[in-house]
Amino acid sequence: MEKSYKNKIFVLTEFRGEKFHPISFELLGKGKEIAEKLEGELCAIVMGNHVSRDSCNALIYYGAERVFLYDSQLFSEPNVINFKHNLVKLVQEEKPDIILIGATHFGRSLAPRVAAALKTGLTADCIDLEVDEKGELIQIRPAFTGNILAHIKTKTKPVMTTVRYKVMNVGKMDLERRGSIIVREAEEPIERNVKFVGKYGVRKLNIADAEVIVSGGRGLGSPEGFNLLKELADLLGGVVGSSRTPVDEGWIGKEHQVGFSGNTVKPKLYIACGISGSPQHLAGMKDSETIIAINVDPSAPIFKVADYGIVGDLYQIIPLMIKEIKARKVNKS
Amino acid sequence: MALKIIVLIKQVPDIEKVRFDVETGRIDRSSAPAEINPFDLNALEAAVQIKEKVGGHIIGLSMGPPQAVSALKDAMARGADEAILLEDKMFAGADTWATSYTLAAAIKKIGVYDLILCGEKTVDGDTGQVGAEVAEQLNIPHVYYVSRIVDFNEKNITVVSEMDDASYTIEAAYPVLISVTKDVNKPRLPTLKDKLRAMKSEVKVWHASDLDGFVDLNCVGYFGSPTNVHKVVIPQERYRAGKIFRNLDEGLEDILNLLRDKRLI
Repeated sequence: MEKSYKNKIFVLTEFRGEKFHPISFELLGKGKEIAEKLEGELCAIVMGNHVSRDSCNALIYYGAERVFLYDSQLFSEPNVINFKHNLVKLVQEEKPDIILIGATHFGRSLAPRVAAALKTGLTADCIDLEVDEKGELIQIRPAFTGNILAHIKTKTKPVMTTVRYKVMNVGKMDLERRGSIIVREAEEPIERNVKFVGKYGVRKLNIADAEVIVSGGRGLGSPEGFNLLKELADLLGGVVGSSRTPVDEGWIGKEHQVGFSGNTVKPKLYIACGISGSPQHLAGMKDSETIIAINVDPSAPIFKVADYGIVGDLYQIIPLMIKEIKARKVNKS
Repeated sequence: MALKIIVLIKQVPDIEKVRFDVETGRIDRSSAPAEINPFDLNALEAAVQIKEKVGGHIIGLSMGPPQAVSALKDAMARGADEAILLEDKMFAGADTWATSYTLAAAIKKIGVYDLILCGEKTVDGDTGQVGAEVAEQLNIPHVYYVSRIVDFNEKNITVVSEMDDASYTIEAAYPVLISVTKDVNKPRLPTLKDKLRAMKSEVKVWHASDLDGFVDLNCVGYFGSPTNVHKVVIPQERYRAGKIFRNLDEGLEDILNLLRDKRLI
């Protein structure tokens, strides 16, 4: 007999190049948790080009009971209208109660379009999702540049949410889990669309994935300062980050920028060097596990969020740190 | 040719100064001056630069309380030729869906337009949803996270959109909605002369009745919003050891111990 469910939860995965963006598994992790509380069925939607069966099976191992697979050239680029058209059609047929989408640039561009088409509510960039005693979804999201947390409820169906990357836990993989893969034919929308004419600057650095970030700010004084930070970052297996000023000054690329208008990061260790700590910067890094701050100004706001702070000149302190770390590494080997 | 450009503008509190009531989670709007959302300044500057090259007419469009007139006057000082404020008690408390519905109704009333520009997000709501929702309601395409306007002519515009994996060059025929990031330009400051001129110019105020025929009033404001804020809390700051050293050697010892505990060295 077929299992009956009280709810249906959709997770939109992101298939890029040849694999899933890690947010896909984080969404499944949270989706499974919600599905268990609501006696719901968890479904994963895959829209990509040349998607292998094996990769769809992985979605089942991580909790999906059904996988809707669209394999088409229409999805080889992040063309929102192609995705919207097919997703809206599927939602109208399947009538899910909840749809989770990653709050990536792609997800945040697509989700509002889908929500507007379905005339339903959408909550942006959630950092947590809870089910209350009435069985309703509480969507928790920062607003006012991270100064407040709003708890949002949606009156319409489906409840749509974009979920921030790297805040939800990936569930346990279970190779014994079985589910079905349903292949759907992708439809080309007739509505007017944009034209993708070029792609460049394929990003290698995704600072949000780094476990250790050594960031520099205005206090570096010059672009060369980043060489020193790079040396420290390399020793710790990390990457170099930046506050807004060095990016604006052209000292370092935008992909390194941490903060409200750059990347939100949550590494194991964040070392802020010569960064005073504007609200915009703090909004992007204050959830790091441990924060070390180095700044000449003892009243710099960065010290308020730091676990360890050293008041002093970074050009004295960092070379010394590098020296000590190297010495310990030598002793160890 | 002359392009008809609409720039979506929101008045927000200065996020550097605004204070919050920790008990109730309420925003003390009197604690900070109101200004144009910083990201919208980039959208407005982009409109002005396009107009400077090919000619055009720029309309600043906002929804907000009566005092948002000042943000629109500022927009006129910065280059908008015309400004419209959607202001009505019925519009208050709108979420992104109801906001985009109301803005789209006003744009339908405006009628002819080539380009709609907006900022990536606002510093108060932080959602970045309204632009794409407006585009869908108007049934026009949108391009998000635009860091560069490469080219434009009387038929279409070419932009660079920053997606997660790469930058994409996208060509779009008008009408289209473009949402810009901070990288797209550096907004100029208005001159004193611009400010004086703007002070004398008029901001049109459209109430709910002015959108008659374009809007279903069940879909606006708090009651038309599919989402509601159920509760607001001030986030608990993470516990921090908060050890501040002025003596380098002592600090270094602690930090090296920390790195070892974290198995980084």
